[in-house]
Amino acid sequence: MDLDPTPDQEAFRAEARDWLAAHVPSTPLPSLETAAGFAAHREWEARLSADRWSVVSWPEEYGGRGVDIFRWLVFEEEYFAAGGPGRVSQNGINLLAPTLFDHGTPEQRARILPDMASGATIWAQAWSEPEAGSDLASLRSKAVRTQGGWLLSGQKTWSSRAAFADRAFGIFRSDPAAAKPHQGLTYLMFDLRAPGVGVRPVGRLDGKPAFAELFLDDVFVPDEDVIGEPGAGWRIAMSTTGNERGLMLRSPGRFLASAARLVELWRTAGDPADTALRDRVADAVIGARAYQLFTSAGASRFAEGGAIGAESSLNKVFWSQYDIALHECALDLLGPYGELSDDAEEAPGHGSWAEGHVFALAGPIYAGTNEIQRDIIAERLLGLPKGRR
Amino acid sequence: MRFLLTSQQLDFAHSLDAMLGAAGTSAAIRAWASGDAGPGRDVWSRLAGAGVFALGVPEAYEGLGCLAVELALSCVELGRHAVPGPVVETVAAAALLARLAELGEDGPAKRLLPGIASGGCVASVLLPGAGPYALDADVADAVLVVADHELRLAPGHGPVQPSADPARRLARPLPGGELLYAGPELADAVAHATGWARLAAAGQSLGVTEALLSRTVAYVKQRTQFGAPIGSFQAVKHRLADTLIAIEFARPLLYAAALSLAPGEVAAAKVTAGEAAYGAARTALQLHGAVGYTQELDLSLWLRKARPLRDAWGSPGECRARVLAG
Repeated sequence: MDLDPTPDQEAFRAEARDWLAAHVPSTPLPSLETAAGFAAHREWEARLSADRWSVVSWPEEYGGRGVDIFRWLVFEEEYFAAGGPGRVSQNGINLLAPTLFDHGTPEQRARILPDMASGATIWAQAWSEPEAGSDLASLRSKAVRTQGGWLLSGQKTWSSRAAFADRAFGIFRSDPAAAKPHQGLTYLMFDLRAPGVGVRPVGRLDGKPAFAELFLDDVFVPDEDVIGEPGAGWRIAMSTTGNERGLMLRSPGRFLASAARLVELWRTAGDPADTALRDRVADAVIGARAYQLFTSAGASRFAEGGAIGAESSLNKVFWSQYDIALHECALDLLGPYGELSDDAEEAPGHGSWAEGHVFALAGPIYAGTNEIQRDIIAERLLGLPKGRR
Repeated sequence: MRFLLTSQQLDFAHSLDAMLGAAGTSAAIRAWASGDAGPGRDVWSRLAGAGVFALGVPEAYEGLGCLAVELALSCVELGRHAVPGPVVETVAAAALLARLAELGEDGPAKRLLPGIASGGCVASVLLPGAGPYALDADVADAVLVVADHELRLAPGHGPVQPSADPARRLARPLPGGELLYAGPELADAVAHATGWARLAAAGQSLGVTEALLSRTVAYVKQRTQFGAPIGSFQAVKHRLADTLIAIEFARPLLYAAALSLAPGEVAAAKVTAGEAAYGAARTALQLHGAVGYTQELDLSLWLRKARPLRDAWGSPGECRARVLAG
């Protein structure tokens, strides 16, 4: 048992650090949840991709470097430590790409992944519906067979990034006669600018159009944009949400960097006599380290052939609560400046604490609410009996 | 990097778990609390036979060579079975003497470490800043006291002050006693011993947390109300899920602390495991309901241990301050 980096990992860290030091924008980009910010972040993806830093863990043929999970973790640490911009392409990279690697065809991978890597195509997810949130399997949007493909109809909602994105992926009911709700679902990709698609941006808590409602009226999807077998969509989608909750969505590097910034803030703005606040800062440092170590253990198991299963629910509850506590602590340290919105001219840290807080508040809700995660932990890891939700 | 226990380490932990499970520690704990250390000393002898007390002792003094990961794993099992006695203090005493020997003063080590390693010497210790009491001084074969840059063997102890955990017997060492060593190296040795003690306490706390969780999970599966096992209710499930989260994020901190023994890492493990244990105790008590609030249910042996262990060898506040000190 050890935590020692290999020479390969050290060399990779140095290479990533040098590149990031030379390329990360010195002033933060505008919020990626705005039209201008979205465009700026898309350009940044192209810059990353040009030197093969956008998807380091992918095979080289799709624009990656083929690095293992340990070097991916190293890259993420360096990326966030360098103050790298938020990743506008993360829905595609974290959710769709793993699905394509596991369930897609070589043709789909060759057609879709390079444009995802470069930011030329930005992907949104289309899971939830107005009547199907935590109970996702009750979804009603339809995929009806037609000549050479499928026709999609219905309504999707809380579709992150869809206000400005190019394409979307999700699951649709293709067999209304199936015996159980999670049967008869099909995983499809579609163009957000195709005829029959209506996109209504929805302002999140701070008003920025971070997600959208999608209205679908006989939207044609060719057979080549079905992932896996028709009817197998639920199983395929669940393997994706496993990735989302597991190692891919929130890398430890993000929280290590946030905790380091918080400590810096505390050292400059904190009252040394306020031990209650000191304890919260310490908890942020401890939590980031715990999350890093937890992930290192998971990566070690993964590297030896272990799968990421229900334990990813532990992870999701932990980081989503952690992120809120960290930002609340930062806002308290900022005193009268803590309430300034991220677009206020005098907002501390270019508004990063304020926007980070708004973003963190969504964490316990998206990617499967924490209530659902705790049910999964209790039933699958502790063996408690199923009950009414 | 391979941040996973080896199969030998896992086997070692499992064998201790099986041994302590077969020994049935609850009677020994209750006897210890009432002043009869006999059954508890028997458990200690078995642990010594398995090599537990040799894990913190260098090979030169008949130990196994300061294997911190294995020691931490042992402490988890000792916590899981609520083994009574000055476990942390014996670890601290060994670390203190081993460090002094490293610094060139090996007289006390030669005299006491072989006994600690073999289990013949149950040690307690009182270091500066740790309050007035030495744990289980009435049972210990040696009570080491560091004060005023002197290391002494306490000549006796005052009356036992019962603790919130009845298996913890607190007493003030009497002043004076044989001088084992005096010199500036003591400060270094005390810091070193504190690190090992916190590691051991963190391990014990994690084991206590796991025991509280598994007992409570078993209970809520069989306790029926409103026609259903109470473990099927979300309010119950979610508290237990949070307890498991606390365990699974404390565990890697413990292992990392054992690997580095860096003061900040050890403090992080100690405060996290200690808070997890106390949180688990609150959850276990609440979910057992009134029967959990009784002394006769064995659950009480863990319920009452969690908080004193959380506060011993560095309060949560001290540990958090240490984390920020870098």
